[in-house]
Formats: sequence, C-alpha cells, structure tokens
Amino acid sequence: MPWIFRGLRNGVLTTGYPRRPDTDDVRSIARPAERATWEPGLDELCPTGAIREEHGRVRLDQGRCIGCGACVTARPGTFSWQEGNDVAQLSRAALVVPELAETDADLRQLRRALSRRTKALRRSVHIRHVDAGSDGAEEWEILALTNPVYDVHRLGIFFTASPRHADLLLVTGAGSHGMAAPLARTLEAMPRPVVVIAAGTDAVSGGLVSPSYATADGIGDLLPVDVWVPGSPPSPFRLLSAILLATGRLTAAGRER
Amino acid sequence: MSREEILGRMAAGARFAALAGDGDVTEGVRMHVVLARPDGIDVVDLQLPPGVDRYPALTPRIPAAFWYERKLHDLFGVVAQGHPRLDPLVLPHPDGNEPLPSPGAAFHPTHVEPDERALRSHVMGTGLFSLPHGPVRSGVFEAVEYVVETPGEDIPHVNVRPHFKHRGLEVRFEGMTPGRGVLLAERVEGIASVAHALAFCHAVEELAGAQVPLAAQLLRSLHAELERIANHLDVAMKLAEAAGLAVALARFGWHKERVLRLVSALCGNRFGRGVVVPGGVRALPLLGRDELKARVDTLRRDISGDAAALMQTASFLDRLRGTGPLDEDFTLQHGLLGPVGRAGGHEDDARWHRPYDAYPKLSRRPVTHRSDGDAMARLRVRWDEVTESFDLLAQIVELFGDHPDEVLSTRVEPVTGRAVGWAEAPQGEVLYLLEAGTDGRLRRCAPRSASFHNLAVFSSAFRGDILTDFPFVEASFGLSIAGVVM
Repeated sequence: MPWIFRGLRNGVLTTGYPRRPDTDDVRSIARPAERATWEPGLDELCPTGAIREEHGRVRLDQGRCIGCGACVTARPGTFSWQEGNDVAQLSRAALVVPELAETDADLRQLRRALSRRTKALRRSVHIRHVDAGSDGAEEWEILALTNPVYDVHRLGIFFTASPRHADLLLVTGAGSHGMAAPLARTLEAMPRPVVVIAAGTDAVSGGLVSPSYATADGIGDLLPVDVWVPGSPPSPFRLLSAILLATGRLTAAGRER
Repeated sequence: MSREEILGRMAAGARFAALAGDGDVTEGVRMHVVLARPDGIDVVDLQLPPGVDRYPALTPRIPAAFWYERKLHDLFGVVAQGHPRLDPLVLPHPDGNEPLPSPGAAFHPTHVEPDERALRSHVMGTGLFSLPHGPVRSGVFEAVEYVVETPGEDIPHVNVRPHFKHRGLEVRFEGMTPGRGVLLAERVEGIASVAHALAFCHAVEELAGAQVPLAAQLLRSLHAELERIANHLDVAMKLAEAAGLAVALARFGWHKERVLRLVSALCGNRFGRGVVVPGGVRALPLLGRDELKARVDTLRRDISGDAAALMQTASFLDRLRGTGPLDEDFTLQHGLLGPVGRAGGHEDDARWHRPYDAYPKLSRRPVTHRSDGDAMARLRVRWDEVTESFDLLAQIVELFGDHPDEVLSTRVEPVTGRAVGWAEAPQGEVLYLLEAGTDGRLRRCAPRSASFHNLAVFSSAFRGDILTDFPFVEASFGLSIAGVVM
C-alpha cells in the first residue's frame, strides 16, 4: 500500500516530447560551423578521425564523433555542440555535417520508402535490443526510455523478449565477432517488415573501439541498417527521436506526425 | 621473483588483485601479478623463457587466479598446468590456433574470430539439462550467456560465457597517448566511466610525478560519487523489477534519471565522460554551487525516503534474505571487491585504504561491518554507500566553495615507465597496469575491473537457490559485462 501513495506523490513526471519540444542539452556530438573554411591540422584534433576537408570546407562525420569535445575546446569558433534531439539519419552519408543540398532529395526518398514499409506499425512498435559489443552505457540509456520521465509505453513503444514479436531491431556496440552469429539469428527470427537501428557511435562506425581484431567497424558490416543514431552513448531523447523516425512518426521539423 | 615469494607475500597479508600478461610466446610472455596490501599495491613479475608456452598454474594455491589464468590462455596461448578447468573465457579458440592477440607484443593479428567449438558442455547425469540464458537475453541486457545446469529447480552449476562481446581493447590501447587513452578507458566499462578514467589517470600521474590541483581533486571525487549513486540506484531498480515492484522500479528510475541529468548539467555528459584528464579535470562545472547543492539535497531526501520504504517491504525482503550467499572465508580467500566483498566481510575500499584525489581531505562516519554475504547484505551495503556518498558530496561542495582556485590541471610531461593506478568504482576496485615507452605512448595497458574479479565467483553463489532467484543474484552483483571481457 505505501507504494501506491509514493507513486502519486510527485504528480506527472513525464516529458511532453514529442508533442511539445523538450531536450536535456547534452553535449555529446560536435558540429562544425555552417561555412567554416578548412585549415591544416583541424583533422588532428579528432581521436576518431571524424573531421575532414571537402572543397575547402570543414566537414564532420557525426557517425564517428564520440563527443570528447577536443575540437570544441580547441577551436570554439569552428566547432560547437550539436543541439536538439533529431540527430538520427536514414543514411550513413547524411551523418556527415554540414548537410549537403544534394543529399536532401535522397533522404526524402528514403523517408518515403521507410514510411511505406512501417505503415502498419506506427502506433504499436515492439523493439528487440541486441548488444553487439557495447560499453554498457547504451543499455542504460535504452532502459531509461521506460522510466517515468520518458515512459515510451505512452507512445505505444514496447521492449519485447522474443524476436518473433519484434518489429524493430535496436543494435548497440561496434559489432563484436562473437555476436555476429547471434545477431544474424535474431534478425532471421523477426517477422517482416524489419527496421534496424544502429544505436550509438560504436554501432554506427566502431567509434574509438575500431580498428580492432575483435570487432567490425560498426554493425553496418553485419546487417542492413535503416536508421543511424550517433552518440557515445546517444541520450534517451535522441534514441526516442530515432525510434519515431524509424516508424515514420517524425516530420522533417522534428514534431510527431 | 618466484611464485614462492608471491605466496609468501600473500601469507603475510597481501591480496591477489590481478594477473596480466605481456608480450607473446616467441619472445617469452611476461606475467605481472598485482598484489594489494592494505596501504599500497605491488606488481610482481614472472617471466616465461622465450618459446615456452606453459607454466605451473597458480590457481591450486591461489583460487582467485582461476579466471585470470583462463584469460591469459585465451589471449596469449599460455597453458597453466594443473589448472582445475582451463576453459575458454574471453576468446575461445582451439589449442594451436595462431596467431593470438598477445597484448604487449610487437605484432598483432588484425582479425581473430572466437571459435565456439572450443567450448565444453558439462551436462552429465539423468534428468539434468542446460538452460542457456543469452547471449541475446530477455530484456535490455548486455550480451552474456549463463548456461544454467539444472535438474529442474535447483541450480547446481552456472557456466558464465562472457566472450560474445570481447572488443580487443587491451591491444587497442597500445600506441595511444595518455590524453587519448583516457577516452578509451572511459569506454572500457561505460557505466563506471569516471572510475576507469581516474584509475588510468592515477597511473599516468604516478609516472609523471604530477600533483593534481585541489579544485580538480574535488571535482573528480564529486563525479565519482555521483556515478556511485547512479549505479547503486540501477541495482535497486533491477532488484525491484525482479520482485515485480512496479512503483519502486519507477521511483528509482526517476531518481537515477535525475542523477544522470545532474551529471550532464555539470559537465555536458550523462556519464561524466570527458571530465577527467591526465593531470586534473577539463573544465569547471557548468552548474553554480548553490544549484548543485539544492539538487543534491533534494535527491538525498527523495532517495532516502524510497530506500527506507523498500527496506520495509516484506515481500521484497523475503526474496533477498539468504539469496546468493557467499560466506566470509570464501569472500576473503577470493578477495572479492566492492559491495559484493564488503557484504561478505572484506572491508577493503580503495578510497579509504589507499586514498587518492580528495578523499584524504574528506571524512566518513563509522562503517557498519557486514558479513552475511547474501543479496540482502549487498543491498544494505549499497544503501550505506549511497548515504556516505551524499555525506561526501556535501563536504565536497563546502570545500569547493572555500577554494575557488581556477587551476584545474597540471601539465603531465611525456611519461615513461610502468605504474599501477587505482580507483574505487561502484562495482569495486578498478586497477590499471600501465606501461609507457620512451616516446610517451602507451606500450601496454591492462585494465582490471571489479566486474571481472567478482563475476568469477558468480557460479558459487547459488547454494540452495532456485531458478526464480537467478535475477536477484545477478542484480545483487551489479556488474557490467563490458568491463569483464573488454
């Protein structure tokens, strides 16, 4: 009995996101200024080689960014922290920022295609999570989605034990060789259509873990990925945004459809 | 140095803390045995001659070496003769399968696949069967397989197979500068990022003879204690979930979320990553002292209220009492670490016995000695520690106000030589055995998490327990598989 009253004590703790904007301002992914010009040595700031030059401009691969802040600290004019929840992308190439105009058309097409595939599961999504070599922090952030602050059950999002009940495969870790077969078996056991999310910088590119004799360079080497979420680890808001994107529930403006 | 001397030192009170290999069989594997004294840590070397791939096992005399010798066999291919069960642990491979990772050697293979044919099945007898839990488990868990061998209800034996998520991190450290290495250390065991970064940096600072400024010491301990509270809340969540206490699960989940948000409000990262750098800390907190104090006080009040209610919920306590017992002799013999060790009478705590950073300037209240060694004792120890962490946070906030000194790090010159660094993670003592070459880059870095040391005795904790006790025993250990296999 006392637990019932404890549960009522603090009222509603749940975020209004995605209906209303909300975020927790984590500083976990960097971003170059829109028209930053290249200077020699900028690439050496990054421990994972995320920074590169393209046509005299600075480009940063957020899929490799581990959020160490070395670039933001050293060159605050050139680099800043990525804001907002919507960092997930439908293609690996689109994680390289600033975004290019030509990828926009491709992305719109990808979004339409994914939306057609996931039409049936919009309001009820069951997620199977598989750890393919994470550092353990990603699991904490995924589990946080079920706490009262995010409470994804209100959005019809559930975690399921059996891959046979799952619509969405959420994979963390760089893709350790030991998990390659269990991961493939899990995907095989899932009914179609399946949407695969690479959750975290390690899952996207291997992050700081790769190159390693024991892992792939991200799970893209192991299975077809639909949604890429950077972050080491990605925050619960960013994971939630990615799940909504994967199920066609997010408009381009980041609001719920 | 010989094995007899190691045994002599242990007879004199030293605790076997770790065993790490270095090099490869061709050049002769160097074995570093780490022994902890109550007030310090020593490394003893055993050198195998070039080409020799076997040595008399330590495990028959030192039970705590059981998993370490298995890991050594996996990574270096050296055979501990007389070892009771030299099964694969972190990287299964049949004997004679070369090349192996061999951290510390001049050459490393670029790709090593685990070969599960090397794993043995142990099921024998009428009516006995194996229940594999994992590596894809029912829920959001890290990848690990527990093979429960059972006649139906009892759990006579559990085989732990953590190799699925081996990431090869020990080799990955090689050639990194200390500044880069600390970033990888934060990812060895992601839920104890601060403690791993601290242990790593303590080793670097020992080599450099660097003195960390007071403000940085305080900020380091601030983050370490917040990390401890978050981890202990996570254990409380998992225990409440196992008992089906939905409201308690939600309450502790909310508290844990608020702790992570507080950490992120202080430094921008929910796990305190990027805070600790060799020589000090990266930046001042983003949060003012008054707001920090207010948020810590609110958390303390809310958490202690819910913790007290949990410890009066009879249906919950019934599931913990006598569950997963490890007696005091066993605990001391294995030198079990962290809350698992302290619940069984092994009071060692690196923060107070081998103090670092701000701890020498902080005070603690008398500790309640516990030796029941069951899941209940482990949870009680964790609540004691949460209370203590809040005491420490209050002291840190006070002291930080008195020393608004802006120097946050000292320069760490390029370092060379070998050192051990340590820190007390929420799971227990973390050790980093670190060697830097003359170019100042890491030549060998061997992290040892408490998760590895404690998980080795996991299968011994099921005396009299049945299958439905499994989640309670697992949660009460509070470990991370990432830190076990690396």
